[in-house]
Amino acid sequence: MIPEIGQLALILALLLAVVQGTLPLAGAQRGVKAWMALSRPLAAGQLLFVAVAFLCLTWSFLGSDFSVVNVAKNSNSQLPAHYRIAATWGSHEGSMLLWVLMLSLWMQAVSIFSQSLPREMLSRVLSVMGLISVGFLLFLLLTSNPFERLSPPAAEGNDLNPLLQDPGMVAHPPMLYMGYVGFSVAFAFAIAALLGGRLDATWARWSRPWTTAAWCFLTLGILIGSWWAYNELGWGGWWFWDPVENASFMPWLVGTALVHSLAVTEKRGAFKRWTVLLAICAFSLSLLGTFLVRSGVLTSVHAFATDPARGLFILVFLALVIGGALMLFALRAPHVGGGGRFEMISRETFLLANNVLLIVAAGSVLLGTLYPLVLDALSGGQTKISVGPPYFEAVFVPLMSPMVFLMGVGPVARWKQAALPELWTLLRWAFAVSLASAVLTPLAAGGGSWGLRLGLFLAIWILAATVASVRERIRNFRGAVHERLAMQPRAWWGMTLAHLGVAVFVAGVTVVGTYETERDVRMAIGDTVEMGGNVFRFDGTTEVTGPNYRAARGTVTVLRDGREVLVLHPEKRTYNASGMAMTEAAISTGVLGDLYVSLGEPINARSWSVRIYHKPLVTWIWSGCVLMALGGLLALTDRRYRLRSTQQQRETAVTSAA
Amino acid sequence: MNRFLLPLGAFLVLLGFLFVGLKLNPREVPSPLIGKPVPEFTLPQLHEPAQAFSPRSMRGRVWLLNVWASWCVSCRDEHPLLVEFARSHPVAVVGLNYKDKPGDAQAWLAQLGNPYTLSVSDLDGRVGIDFGVYGVPETFVIDKQGVIRYKQIGPVTTDALQGKILPLIRELEQG
Repeated sequence: MIPEIGQLALILALLLAVVQGTLPLAGAQRGVKAWMALSRPLAAGQLLFVAVAFLCLTWSFLGSDFSVVNVAKNSNSQLPAHYRIAATWGSHEGSMLLWVLMLSLWMQAVSIFSQSLPREMLSRVLSVMGLISVGFLLFLLLTSNPFERLSPPAAEGNDLNPLLQDPGMVAHPPMLYMGYVGFSVAFAFAIAALLGGRLDATWARWSRPWTTAAWCFLTLGILIGSWWAYNELGWGGWWFWDPVENASFMPWLVGTALVHSLAVTEKRGAFKRWTVLLAICAFSLSLLGTFLVRSGVLTSVHAFATDPARGLFILVFLALVIGGALMLFALRAPHVGGGGRFEMISRETFLLANNVLLIVAAGSVLLGTLYPLVLDALSGGQTKISVGPPYFEAVFVPLMSPMVFLMGVGPVARWKQAALPELWTLLRWAFAVSLASAVLTPLAAGGGSWGLRLGLFLAIWILAATVASVRERIRNFRGAVHERLAMQPRAWWGMTLAHLGVAVFVAGVTVVGTYETERDVRMAIGDTVEMGGNVFRFDGTTEVTGPNYRAARGTVTVLRDGREVLVLHPEKRTYNASGMAMTEAAISTGVLGDLYVSLGEPINARSWSVRIYHKPLVTWIWSGCVLMALGGLLALTDRRYRLRSTQQQRETAVTSAA
Repeated sequence: MNRFLLPLGAFLVLLGFLFVGLKLNPREVPSPLIGKPVPEFTLPQLHEPAQAFSPRSMRGRVWLLNVWASWCVSCRDEHPLLVEFARSHPVAVVGLNYKDKPGDAQAWLAQLGNPYTLSVSDLDGRVGIDFGVYGVPETFVIDKQGVIRYKQIGPVTTDALQGKILPLIRELEQG
């Protein structure tokens, strides 16, 4: 009964979405107020029905209703309750439902927080989002019904993929989808602006907070995914350039460019066409990512059940949405006037340069991701290659290095026209400090690669240049330093924090890449291995039983100067239902570095192959991402946005009173 | 020419490649063994370890070699299909029991049914290496001259069986 209610709710949501995608849009074109007024209640209705459907699915998972195919395939009666809830989005069908739920949530958020927008604009935005919703709801109902019944019901479920049974995996998809789907708001704003012919600084100010919010979620989503891979895959890596990772990274790169480009459009009225194209691209890449993951055109560790019918559906959807948007862009862009003028040396130029670098980087990731497919297609299925980390690293470092360097210059450069001598005066100390540390640190550490020097230089450069920009920023204010600091708007603080996040990230990547050590050894009980001043002693394994798995639990004692400082328990689990073996690494996390131990294979009754890593500063990688996301959140709370909304509420109140 | 059409043009090219890509299977790696003679080996039979089996004895017949193991989860998926195939077709199916314990393997067959004309035990996986096995199950179609004509990576599916394997066997048996 419950699954049928869910199914019905989805169909009702689809009907509402169809109306939402058409009537308010037509109303905005023809000026019919009654049609436009439908957009907000329709958005609320859609959220209601999609939420009901989602809860019905969760209910089926919680109650282990194995008469539902989706539940039978992705859950098990032994699965702990919190993973049963997470299993709701562990399958293809469930995760698409989650996607639609996120879309409805964003739609509702726009409907609540953007009431001050002109009626036409709001109707168009919600209508465009409604059309996207139609596509995904149809996709769910036609090709990936999460509520399909199984007759006769299965006695027991297949269990959730053990790889997904991890706290990181519970949070990763919702965060990532919030980001992906969040770009649909920027996209909808761009399309609405193109349709209405109103592409100006106001449009940029409206879409800015939405874009920043989506970007924050995407940053966190990617970060959690990376952290999960580090914890769960057992070989200590944090990024693999897997096609599916790339699929989330490309919208992030374009989204980052968009966040900055919107700032220029809002403040200076420049880059309008460029910004609107970025808004279209960011969401298009999110959709493309979905296509790549769901259609099975690329091989990836993210093994979703793939189905050509689904692939074809998404491809047609992509063609309509992206093709339509780009067509509209081609028609309308020539009529968009140019923005404020600026000189060769100005903040605009630096931001534009960084924008271009980010886009080229995104393009090269796209190329690397799709190259195997293109070659396969051109050769008629005869040439199979895979593009791996060497390509991406070779392309990425040269592109990102100048970008990171310019990140230090941009915030201190003046809008419109800046002077190089002035910039040099402001930044010479920062430059000297970062150069010195890049030269001296490897000397002190007894050698290092050029990569290390470059990474250190860039990390310290951002840090020092940020300090310089803070000093320059508060120079013209009066009062004590902390008062002057407190006077700065939160949006500016957000930017500063996010940039510091990049510094922390670069430092982490550089140091872990240079100084990590790894030993893959065979250890019998009592054997010891020395690594970086720590002695690891293998004390054997014991059998333990989890709720839905059995495991060999190893004990590895870490000794420093002969004293026991730490006991680690890596596990090798075998899940009951699937028989899949999983490596659960034991990690001791520290600010300066992680000790990472994972069990390989048993060699005989007394010995195992054991992998031991020392990863200095590895947590800085994720901390840097957290700082970037926090920076975005801080910018979102800027007074400007709140002031404007209260001010406009007052205006609305006055008009309605009159 | 409207330069604002460029993004649309680029997207259409991409769309074309994605469309072609849908029909290709990235997992279908062409095996270098196709068109080559089947690797020679001699292994003990699973049920009668005293007797050896060698592909040479299959000359003049079209046969299938299926790599399987009792520890392999996907083998369970394809197993009913193989059992059905063995029941309805007179083609010999030789099982290469890959890196398995003979006891486990025999129990597995006793429980799920035995579609194999005979199985051989490749305890240490040496023969598997000669066949380029990197995922179990894998299935090879071998012709009367002892040449490998087709390789299925992963479980045999109904589609693969009806669409590729059976037509190929029919063609080879006539030739």
